[in-house]
Amino acid sequence: MKVSTGWLADYITLEGVAAEVLADKITAAGIEIDGVERRNKGITGIVVGYVKSKEKHPDADKLNVCIVDAGQDEDLQIVCGAKNVEAGQKVPVALVGAKLPGLDIKKAKLRGVLSQGMICSAKELGMNDKLLPKEQQEGILVLPEDTEIGRDIMKVLGLDDEILEFDLTPNRSDCLSMIGAAYEVSAILGRELSLPDPEAEIVENITKSAADSISVKIEDEAYCGHYAVRYISGVKPAVSPLWIQNRLMAAGVRPINNIVDITNYVMLEYGQPLHAFDADKIEGGNITVRLASPDEVLTTLDGQERKLEPQMLVIADGVKPVALAGVMGGLNSEVTSETVNLVLESAKFDGGTVRKTSRQLGLRSEASLRFEKEVDPRSVIPALNRAAALIAQYAGGNVYSGIVQAGTDTVEEKVLTLSLDKLNRYLGTELSLLEVKTLFARLHFPCGDGVQGHIEVKVPTRRGDISYDVDLIEEIARLYGYDNIPTTPIEGPTTPGALTKPQALRRELRRLLSHGGYQEVLGYSFIQPEQGKLFPALSEGGHAVSLAMPMSEDRSILRTSVLPQLLDIAQYNTNRRQSDLALFEIGNVFFTDEEQLTRQPRELSVLSLLLSGNRAVKQWNVATQPVDFFDLKGALETVFAHLGLTEAISYEGDSPQGYHPGRSASIYLNGNEGRVTIGTMGQIHPELQRKQDLEDTYAAEILLTPLYEAAQSRLQYQELPRFPGMERDIAVVVDSTVPAGELSALIRQHGGSLLQSVQVFDVYTGGKMETGKKSVAFSLTYRHAEHTLTDEEVGAVHELVLAALQQSFGAELRK
Amino acid sequence: MKQKLEALKIEALAKLQEVADPQALNDLRVKYLGKKGELTEVLRGMGGLSAEERPVIGQVVNDVRGAIEEIITAKQEAFQQQETQNRLQAEKVDVTLPGRSMAQGGIHPLTRVVQEIEDIFIGMGYRVAEGPEVETDYYNFEALNLPKNHPARDMQDSFYLTDDLLMRTQTSPVQIRTMQGMKGEAPVKIICPGKVFRRDDDDATHSFQFHQVEGLVIGRNIRMSDLKGTLQQFVQEMFGPHTGIRLRPSFFPFTEPSVEVDVSCFKCGGDGCRLCKQTGWLEILGAGMVHPKVLEMGGYDPAEFSGFAFGMGVERIAMLKYGIDDIRNFYNNDMSFVKQFKGV
Repeated sequence: MKVSTGWLADYITLEGVAAEVLADKITAAGIEIDGVERRNKGITGIVVGYVKSKEKHPDADKLNVCIVDAGQDEDLQIVCGAKNVEAGQKVPVALVGAKLPGLDIKKAKLRGVLSQGMICSAKELGMNDKLLPKEQQEGILVLPEDTEIGRDIMKVLGLDDEILEFDLTPNRSDCLSMIGAAYEVSAILGRELSLPDPEAEIVENITKSAADSISVKIEDEAYCGHYAVRYISGVKPAVSPLWIQNRLMAAGVRPINNIVDITNYVMLEYGQPLHAFDADKIEGGNITVRLASPDEVLTTLDGQERKLEPQMLVIADGVKPVALAGVMGGLNSEVTSETVNLVLESAKFDGGTVRKTSRQLGLRSEASLRFEKEVDPRSVIPALNRAAALIAQYAGGNVYSGIVQAGTDTVEEKVLTLSLDKLNRYLGTELSLLEVKTLFARLHFPCGDGVQGHIEVKVPTRRGDISYDVDLIEEIARLYGYDNIPTTPIEGPTTPGALTKPQALRRELRRLLSHGGYQEVLGYSFIQPEQGKLFPALSEGGHAVSLAMPMSEDRSILRTSVLPQLLDIAQYNTNRRQSDLALFEIGNVFFTDEEQLTRQPRELSVLSLLLSGNRAVKQWNVATQPVDFFDLKGALETVFAHLGLTEAISYEGDSPQGYHPGRSASIYLNGNEGRVTIGTMGQIHPELQRKQDLEDTYAAEILLTPLYEAAQSRLQYQELPRFPGMERDIAVVVDSTVPAGELSALIRQHGGSLLQSVQVFDVYTGGKMETGKKSVAFSLTYRHAEHTLTDEEVGAVHELVLAALQQSFGAELRK
Repeated sequence: MKQKLEALKIEALAKLQEVADPQALNDLRVKYLGKKGELTEVLRGMGGLSAEERPVIGQVVNDVRGAIEEIITAKQEAFQQQETQNRLQAEKVDVTLPGRSMAQGGIHPLTRVVQEIEDIFIGMGYRVAEGPEVETDYYNFEALNLPKNHPARDMQDSFYLTDDLLMRTQTSPVQIRTMQGMKGEAPVKIICPGKVFRRDDDDATHSFQFHQVEGLVIGRNIRMSDLKGTLQQFVQEMFGPHTGIRLRPSFFPFTEPSVEVDVSCFKCGGDGCRLCKQTGWLEILGAGMVHPKVLEMGGYDPAEFSGFAFGMGVERIAMLKYGIDDIRNFYNNDMSFVKQFKGV
């Protein structure tokens, strides 16, 4: 809302308060002022002149030589190039020495003829092009005939004005009007208000009853609580008086003609949108407020044909819709230069209904903006009367007697009780009854004496946002000033602050991975539908969830895996010559079991890893080595070990989707409820790598929730070994398909209590090895807690181990 | 014999004096003192000496041996020292060459800021509460005093999945869920960090996905002055001990009164600089007293309980704190960006 300080001064004195100071005060009290705009864009020395004569320039076809009376000692000779300059006009004249935006006026000779100034266009005066009435957009600005010669143009055009841009929060729609703004400023400055009294102005200058010419009806008062019209005959559509035009332009509204301008003016003044119909285009002499019928069509004032939906509210005459209630009038009942008789409408339409209609049609107007936020029911009639009075005065209308209306403007009076004690307890203040009552008086909220500490406050209907005592507390607080509220510590019982177990473990994982060389990244929760199909769902039977109205196809489903984004991030960085990557992300993936989503999808927390490029950045003394499967697996093992889950995890080379089938595994957690899949890992499928322009890249994704649940702190002291262990190395030759993990497991199983650890230390294929065979070397450590082992003791167990390997896998001891 | 010994001594000492390497020294040692060495040879001949001569010659032999041994030891020492010198010379490294680096990753700057905020509030007795990214209309709007068709819903155009499900536009639904979960128990002291989503076209300062941390305190006597005290303490921990706050009235449907909280610019200390656009203040938080309707929907009687809530944008804080000028950096995950935020 653009609030002109010049206009505001009609209602409240702003003496001694500069616009900037006022802006700061209003901001501090709750409505942010986005800026202070001066209407004067830097002009001085421009006055009203009278063009006494116009002659053709002797040497230039397109120039005229005018003699102008500008109230100076002598008439001025001014050369003017505008097509529309004529003798007898009143025009703005920039005298010699005047300043215009970017131009200083000097005495000059134009093609040999002396020019003592310049006749100006509205644009040259720095006025906003977009707001100028059509007739002022070309040529010099022609002023009304009765404009006083020699008068400063700043006064004539209202340019000595400052505009405060009110950035209104949705609750303060009361300030979508000049009167509302005046109330606010009055409360802030503590100065008296003087508001217009339309009752005193209204001239019903025709005894004919309006009710004989028009009737109105509301079909359902849920959509429209009050609908009122006045009938006005004999209007003369024309250009509005300058002061109305000036104020409309100050408010950012383009003047059109006196009828439309007056309805807009009163809307700005009262916040009550009005609409004028050409009465002779209303068929049947009656108006009904009703919902649109199926298949009804209306061409609105902007020339667009609108297909109406049955839940849209329309104003209809006996035959057809003539307006979209509260949004925009219809072209079929528009006021034109031919219009003689008017039906002037003022109503309270339901905010939600107007909002829905406006949204559905993508059509917003100054009217819909105000109706959406609920207009003050008590403004319907005053605004109607005010507009009627202005039309009578400035558009030559005859106002018929009486208001024709349906519905009612009576509203239940809202009285709230505010406890002084609660107010002070709520804010932490010690305000006295008198201070609080003074602040309510400044707000123009009538209130009782509050002797018992309970203040009864009558809430004015213009403040529809106030419904609770805490709303009143806010009014007091913002006027009292938040800076004046003390700063205190919370009283009452103390509470221990802490992270939950999953939160603490998540941090632990971040710390572990980042210290281990992995960089955390953060992706979007939205991905492409195709990306959702690349990797297996870590949620059985679950499928992806789509956004109803995505902003782009690229981000149209909720991610079912973080891996596609890690690949994108890897590609992005590789393209920027950053190809040695170790990445991780901890985030959510989303699945639903439903075909038609009715419940929230499952959100699963996952840890995703990606490795690509070389193991370490290029260094002078380290050979660069590409990362491989076991770098990734090592990271996962470290994670599992950290959570105390080494024993509970197993890997199976079952070629999960999206990965290289020979270099990938599913990861299982063996818990109380049996074996569950918790993740996948491996080299990205070469085809996918190629599509992403990546060299060999490894990735893993694991579900975190089951890990958090299973994770255990195993921190428990174990006695240090008192007797030396005995190490035995063996190398066995087996079929190359035999997994090393199964060999280790068998060794553990047969090693009994003496076997303390088994480590694979070499795997060998090719060379002298028979095709289809491999050699796997293990280092076994045996130890007894109570004595030093003898060769015999160890030998006996070791034999068992070898025999088992031989029996189960046909393993031969490699010599 | 004595003469022979003297001659041997002279010859040996002369040869030893000239010896140039440890090998030659060892050869000479064997030649003179070894089992088959020349001195040993002489000793063998002592059997034929008379009892009177024997001690005299023995003394001479010992002198000769002593002299030879002495010079050998000295020579050995010299060679040892020489060798050490040579080794030290040979082992010299170029100390200006870079060292072998430890593997070092890092956490994302947004995580870093969230953790910092969490830690401050944990220290003040708060717990961390989290909730789903996909919310119901009820938790995201209605329970926060934003009924359907409420004009304030304009402020946050949302990503809907169905008529009733949407990507949360704020982490406030977690507050309602927590309140309902506490079943009227007090005090409630939580912060809720998380991802949120709004339909914004991405540019340098807007992102359709961003992060918030919200806080909620409910108790029997929670005052607006407590909100001021809490935020004052927070900003001093977060931005430095001289940071101040300023409250400006504002509007949020879920709080009443509602305020915007400005923090005195931690770069210029309030004098005005580019960061604070010469105002001396940075807009960082929204806050207010919990609206009675929200208390009710969370299961708390507004006649008995009151509370305050606050919220802040993590990206904005990170941008201000680290001087980042484009929000899209956080989600591009360029290594040259994300790797900047490690260390102290």
